Amino acid sequence: MGDPSPDPEPQPQQPSSRRSSQVPQRRSRELSLPQPSISEEVPQTPFDGPAMQSSQGILASQTNLQDWSSGPPLTAQENLAMYPTEEAQLGGVEYPSLNMGFPSELQPQPYLEEGGMQASRNVSLMLQQLQQGQGSLFQQLDSTYLETQPDYLGQFNMYQGEDLQFDQGVPHGPYMRDDPTLQYSPSELGFMPFSAEVPEPEPRELAVQNAKAYLLQTSAGCSLSLYEHLVNLLTKILNQRPEDPLSILESLNRTTQREWFHPKLDTMRDDPELEPTYEMAERQKGLFLRSSAGGEGEQEMEEEVAETAVPNIMETAFYFEQAGVGLSSDESFRIFMALKQLVEQQPIHTCRFWGKILGLSRNYLVAEVEFREGEEEGEEEEVEEMMEGGEGLDPHGEEEGEEDEEKVTDVIPKPMWRPPPIVPKEESRSGTNKYLYFVCNEPGRPWTRLPHVTPLQIVQARKIKKFFTGYLDAPIVSFPPFPGNEANYLRAQIARISAATHISPLGFYQFSEEEGDEEEEGGAGRDSYEENPDFEGIPVLELVDSMANWVHHTQHILPQGRCTWVNPLQKLEEEEELGEEEEKADEGVEEVEQEVGPPLLTPLSEDAEIMHISPWTARLSCSLCPQYSVAVVRSNLWPGAYAYASGKKFENLYIGWGHKYSPENFNPPLPAPIQHEYPSSPDVMEMSDPTVEEEQALKAAQEQALAAAEEEEEDEEEDEDEDLDD
Amino acid sequence: MDAESLLLSLELASGSGQGLSPDRRASLLTSLTLVKRDYRYDRVLFWGRILGLVADYYIAQGLSEDQLAPRKTLYRGRGRKLGNQDPGDVVGSLNCMEWSLLPPATEEMVVQTSVLKGRFMGDPSHEYEHTELQKMSEGEKVFEEEVVVQIKEETRLVSVIDQIDKAVAVIPRGALFKTPFGPIHVNRTFEGLSLSEAKKLSSYFHFKEPVELKNKTLLEKADLDPSLDFMDPLEHDIPKGSWSIQMERGNALVVLRSLLWPGLTFFHAPRTKNYGYIYVGTGEKNIDLPFML
Repeated sequence: MGDPSPDPEPQPQQPSSRRSSQVPQRRSRELSLPQPSISEEVPQTPFDGPAMQSSQGILASQTNLQDWSSGPPLTAQENLAMYPTEEAQLGGVEYPSLNMGFPSELQPQPYLEEGGMQASRNVSLMLQQLQQGQGSLFQQLDSTYLETQPDYLGQFNMYQGEDLQFDQGVPHGPYMRDDPTLQYSPSELGFMPFSAEVPEPEPRELAVQNAKAYLLQTSAGCSLSLYEHLVNLLTKILNQRPEDPLSILESLNRTTQREWFHPKLDTMRDDPELEPTYEMAERQKGLFLRSSAGGEGEQEMEEEVAETAVPNIMETAFYFEQAGVGLSSDESFRIFMALKQLVEQQPIHTCRFWGKILGLSRNYLVAEVEFREGEEEGEEEEVEEMMEGGEGLDPHGEEEGEEDEEKVTDVIPKPMWRPPPIVPKEESRSGTNKYLYFVCNEPGRPWTRLPHVTPLQIVQARKIKKFFTGYLDAPIVSFPPFPGNEANYLRAQIARISAATHISPLGFYQFSEEEGDEEEEGGAGRDSYEENPDFEGIPVLELVDSMANWVHHTQHILPQGRCTWVNPLQKLEEEEELGEEEEKADEGVEEVEQEVGPPLLTPLSEDAEIMHISPWTARLSCSLCPQYSVAVVRSNLWPGAYAYASGKKFENLYIGWGHKYSPENFNPPLPAPIQHEYPSSPDVMEMSDPTVEEEQALKAAQEQALAAAEEEEEDEEEDEDEDLDD
Repeated sequence: MDAESLLLSLELASGSGQGLSPDRRASLLTSLTLVKRDYRYDRVLFWGRILGLVADYYIAQGLSEDQLAPRKTLYRGRGRKLGNQDPGDVVGSLNCMEWSLLPPATEEMVVQTSVLKGRFMGDPSHEYEHTELQKMSEGEKVFEEEVVVQIKEETRLVSVIDQIDKAVAVIPRGALFKTPFGPIHVNRTFEGLSLSEAKKLSSYFHFKEPVELKNKTLLEKADLDPSLDFMDPLEHDIPKGSWSIQMERGNALVVLRSLLWPGLTFFHAPRTKNYGYIYVGTGEKNIDLPFML
């Protein structure tokens, strides 16, 4: 509707004339059709919605008395009195009672909703007026339109400001009708001809219009005006009807504003923020698809049912859940599908879910696998061998060069430091490298194989403590420097954890009878075991009671970094071919003691304590029903390592950060002491530089000697000359 | 995590590997409801579990109407062992449901227990012995004497819980709001953080009275909204990098893990109202953190 414009003057005049006729109709307004007699008076004001009718009725009664007593207290009210009811549209003008204040409360609400209705009503009104041959139709309509907006607000204001009206008794002119002293009497009201002038707005009216114009302002930075915003806010509140809206008013305010500026994207556009979620979901969906083609479906099903390397993750997860450990069930299932995928991709004989290692940016899911017989790992091996070969060659090169140099110039003393002999890494399928490990960050991502671990890496890993970042190729910056990147460190930690915390109930594994015994490998002991077919299972209560009922089934890692001991010096001498053994021999053959560790299948009760604390904690999973519980053992040395056993089943799991527990603080090793420089020998002797005085003294002495020598020569020559002369 | 949404919260926080067994869950659901009724708390949070050698402690916290008021902490341990029973056995089923109120933590407690190291035993009446050198003066002589101080495990429990709360309890921005009258309320219109906000450490606050806030420059304060930004953000925690923030399931879940107190996990599903934190761990601070980063 158009901008508010001055209220036509005739309006105030009209109600006065109409009032009498309309008062009796007020009550029945809603019920009867308005009389068309007053069709001239176009309801210049918008039409209240049906919701207002009842309120009008109610308030009409209230203000009834007022009108008679004090006349329309407000001019604006009179103007607003033009609000006809729906029935009024049909013909007559029905002035809603002069208590304009009444609908004010409801005015703002239906404003929006009935804007359209008002427009249609206006149209119908126009038609009516045309029919009735209103001359000033357009003008009236204009004023109708113009008045619509301010009137509502005006009512709103007027409702509160009834008292003000009485104060503004300053006469402004002939149109000022709200003089409280002016008493209307029906007889005085007569039909006033509709004047063609556009009257000036009432001051109240003007104030209202100004206020509304102000509220409708928009700024350059923001296209939402306060007016619209308040309308939106109130509409939202009334639509949603939250409880106790006052307490959440500010939040609602903010939300409404945000919604205006950030409407929901339409369905055609993708939400960029959710991209990674969808991507991940896609990838994980791939996990769930069966790989079989159409015709082979049945056969594959049979094969799968018969034998699969994938373990029953769900069962394990169930048991661990009884203990309060483990991932959620849907995550476990996804891991199961991911392992299945791994088994399909690689030639795997046995497979086990080892656990989850948490990292800073990403986590690692680790699978422990064993390849089928005969499947060798290939590339990794070759690379490592080359590296080792290269290191062996270097010392040779140095020595040869040295020989040449010796003859030419002064030899630069060779540093006495030799790198400690490299302990060779263990063969695959034995010792620390018994199993292969695959890692992935999340189920659905591709699995990466971890390289075999070298003893040096294990030794260094014992000295440092670093968080995993989640990226396999991240460097490990530490002191002492770790030989490798995060993949190697991860593998070393996995090896340590496996060696320390993989346990099984006593009797589950036994040594195989044909094992050759201790002649191999210098007393390393047996290193293989097999499942005991006669294992009966140990009662859960006994398992919890005593640690002697559990045994380690992985080999202990010696301080050297291997499971089976190897004398590093022996190897070194074998590699040495040149005759430079003398130098090596000079250092002295270091007697290296053979390192011995506890043999395989030792019970846990033999484990060393940590500061008077047992390294294992055993519990029943559910104390309320011991008949059905499982025995759960928790490692105190490696927090995060769990094992459960129930009946004939058992399993190990690790979920944690991958670090050992130590009651003391971590102390990084100090840097090595500074090496001595070359020792003094007749060839090379270290002397202090002469001081200035010494040099000068020396110079003076030399000059003196020189001078003395010259004198002597001169003397001799003189003597000779004299001799000759004679 | 809120006791009302316990099951869902446990699901979401399970990525760290520690959760609760089904029987514990069931008993917690019931007992926390009863706690709420008995103590007349506005909200009851299941704080977490401290693993001890003999038994574990289950900790719950109750909040009153004002969310930042000091929280009451309750714990539930296992029954004492009698005779030859195995450690961890419960004497009677009653003990599973009983919660005991812990005294509020004081400065002295924290100082006193800072000398204690090692694991929790799991028995609240266990006493740690700590020998201290104290100067005793008798007459004119001043000499040092070794005094054995006994500290109860309950005290240690209280101070550890308090330390963990002050250091690493987390709340997303917008979950609580402050009214001009003073009290802090739960924001009922909190719709969750948006994805871009969820990845930033600055959208998470410490769930405690602000300490750093006053030290901010005026320029920084001007950008803050006083009704929402009235707690310290995680961004400026020392040492830097002591929080590991990860998105799981694509972008559907953001998980914060504290590296200073390993075992504390905070989770939040962006764009939803689900958030919470839980501590499951040994109750020991990771002092080696600077070496490990």
